[in-house]
Amino acid sequence: MRAILGWGARLAGSWSENKGGPWGPSGDGGSGGEGGGGGDGPRSPWGQPPRRRRPIGAPGNIASFEDFWKKSRDRFGGRFPQQDGKPYWLYGLAVFLLLWVIFTSFHVIGPQERGVVTLFGRYSRTLGSGVGMTLPSPIERVDKIDVGQIRSIDIPAGDPNRQNLIITGDSNIIDVAYTVRWSIRDPQLYLYSLDNPDATIGEVAESAMRAIMATVSLDDAIGSGRSDVEQRAGLLMQQMLDRYGAGVRIEGLAIKQSDPPEAVIDAFKRVSAAQQSAQGDINNARTYALQITARAQGDATAFDKVYAQYKLAPEVTRRRLYYETMERVLSKVDKTVVEAPGITPYLALPAVQKPAPEGAAK
Amino acid sequence: MSRILRNPISLAFLAILVLIVAGSTFATVPETKQAVIVRFGQPVRVVNAYHPGQDFGGTGAGLIARYPFVEQLVWIDKRILNVDMDSQQVLSTDQQRLQVDAFARYRIVDPVRMYVSARTTDRVSDALKPILSSAIRNELGKRPFAALLSPERGQLMTNIRNAMNGFAHRYGAEVIDVRIKRADLPEGSTTDSAYQRMRTAREQEAGSIRAQGYKQAQIIRADADAEAASIYAEAYGKDPDFYDFYRAMQSYETTFSPNAAEGQPPQGKTTIILSPENDYLREFRGRK
Repeated sequence: MRAILGWGARLAGSWSENKGGPWGPSGDGGSGGEGGGGGDGPRSPWGQPPRRRRPIGAPGNIASFEDFWKKSRDRFGGRFPQQDGKPYWLYGLAVFLLLWVIFTSFHVIGPQERGVVTLFGRYSRTLGSGVGMTLPSPIERVDKIDVGQIRSIDIPAGDPNRQNLIITGDSNIIDVAYTVRWSIRDPQLYLYSLDNPDATIGEVAESAMRAIMATVSLDDAIGSGRSDVEQRAGLLMQQMLDRYGAGVRIEGLAIKQSDPPEAVIDAFKRVSAAQQSAQGDINNARTYALQITARAQGDATAFDKVYAQYKLAPEVTRRRLYYETMERVLSKVDKTVVEAPGITPYLALPAVQKPAPEGAAK
Repeated sequence: MSRILRNPISLAFLAILVLIVAGSTFATVPETKQAVIVRFGQPVRVVNAYHPGQDFGGTGAGLIARYPFVEQLVWIDKRILNVDMDSQQVLSTDQQRLQVDAFARYRIVDPVRMYVSARTTDRVSDALKPILSSAIRNELGKRPFAALLSPERGQLMTNIRNAMNGFAHRYGAEVIDVRIKRADLPEGSTTDSAYQRMRTAREQEAGSIRAQGYKQAQIIRADADAEAASIYAEAYGKDPDFYDFYRAMQSYETTFSPNAAEGQPPQGKTTIILSPENDYLREFRGRK
């Protein structure tokens, strides 16, 4: 159908071209564009000078239109105008067909693209990157598919604050957000296997994630087991999609967020607070342990040193230590020497006690 | 005749006529569609019908011809189609409720049967939807709540698929896969009680973590005390008599010195009353 329209537009274009009317290159837009200027035979098809372009509706237009009409009447009333025995429109047709064939036979396939070629709707082959050649348009068609691009789907889609609650294997509820990255592995499978493949991938992702989450415990799901869940869900997705023949490769599944639901998050925070305080207790105990053992070792070593000296000269060392200690002790305290035998010393206890508060006050 | 051919208007008319006839004779069948050719309302043959294991390119897709005006083409999707079930509540055997959302994938394997019974794929989807609902309700209702979450879901899904397939067969369809998309606790009291359980479980965990921490701390302290004691015992055990003396000296110094404990204010004034009989004053008394 496009071809017919194009042909008509081209014909109209070639007629007006002859007259130099306003329907020159400016008027022959649309699909007839490639061949629109081709009606002039020996002249270049694009030779229409720009100065001839006038806006439609300008006063000159009426004159041109009358001119065109007169000539058209001449043409249809008599023979087709000819040059070298061939009608102009045949040249136009030839040029148009040539351009059509060129434009629809060569296809530039980008480095990440594949071109899926169908011959009258039937899959024929897949073009790699570079310039590919096919039969012209109505016969063969090319659908370009970007196989290098990694697409991603966010679940839950839309509002990031919306909770996506999933039940874990131990009947707890968690709020999970994740991203699926995928690419097209087999362009023809991708095109022909599934009705709406993109939506299917999203649904499969949701199903797979829930199936895997139903096998793990809450602690694994929000903590250490995440990467395992990601991997298993990705694998399960791939299996399901392969079963559909989707031609899609799951590049990876990433859990962005895996938390307890808002309603219970406080209780979870209390657990981590308990962990902190337990760790604090243990740290304090370790500090105490270090102190007390170090002190024991220090004391023991000191004793060993003194004992080593003592061993060399027991009596002298013992006396020396005794006097030194007594010296230190007695030099700092009040002393009273009482001549003991036969006398019962009178001990003025209040007097002894009296200086005590003074001393404390100092 | 040549006059007609020469007249561009009649030429164009002729061309349009040819195009119409060609258009209703030839058709291109894409890979994604099956075509049932219907003659006076009666399906006569199928082009590009689905056969399992066929590669694209080897199917019946492509240019086909039929009798113009007499035979019509009915397009039927060849791809895998989707039935999405509306979310519904399922009651497990232990009277727990679960909000289930599922989908099934099917494809038309018998286009003629499908054309006769349903005409369009939308109607097949509409017909399969309640079947999917009831199959899921039946299957899930036979199991306890815990089983609905367990890995044996796979078997469950196969049962549902088989149940659906018996019905889908009538529409020339084949169910490939049934999956539970979401299985949530229903809003309200069920969810709240689940949250309550999670909360208490966490509190229990928090308590146990605290207790464990205390226990470990105590063990660490006791171990350290024991080690210190053994170090002391080993060192002082070499000569208990000397230890007694040595420790007594240290103790006197600590006890009687006003500022023995470093950095602390003196704990009180000490007055010592010595008897000349004291050993310290032995020499003070002079030799006897």
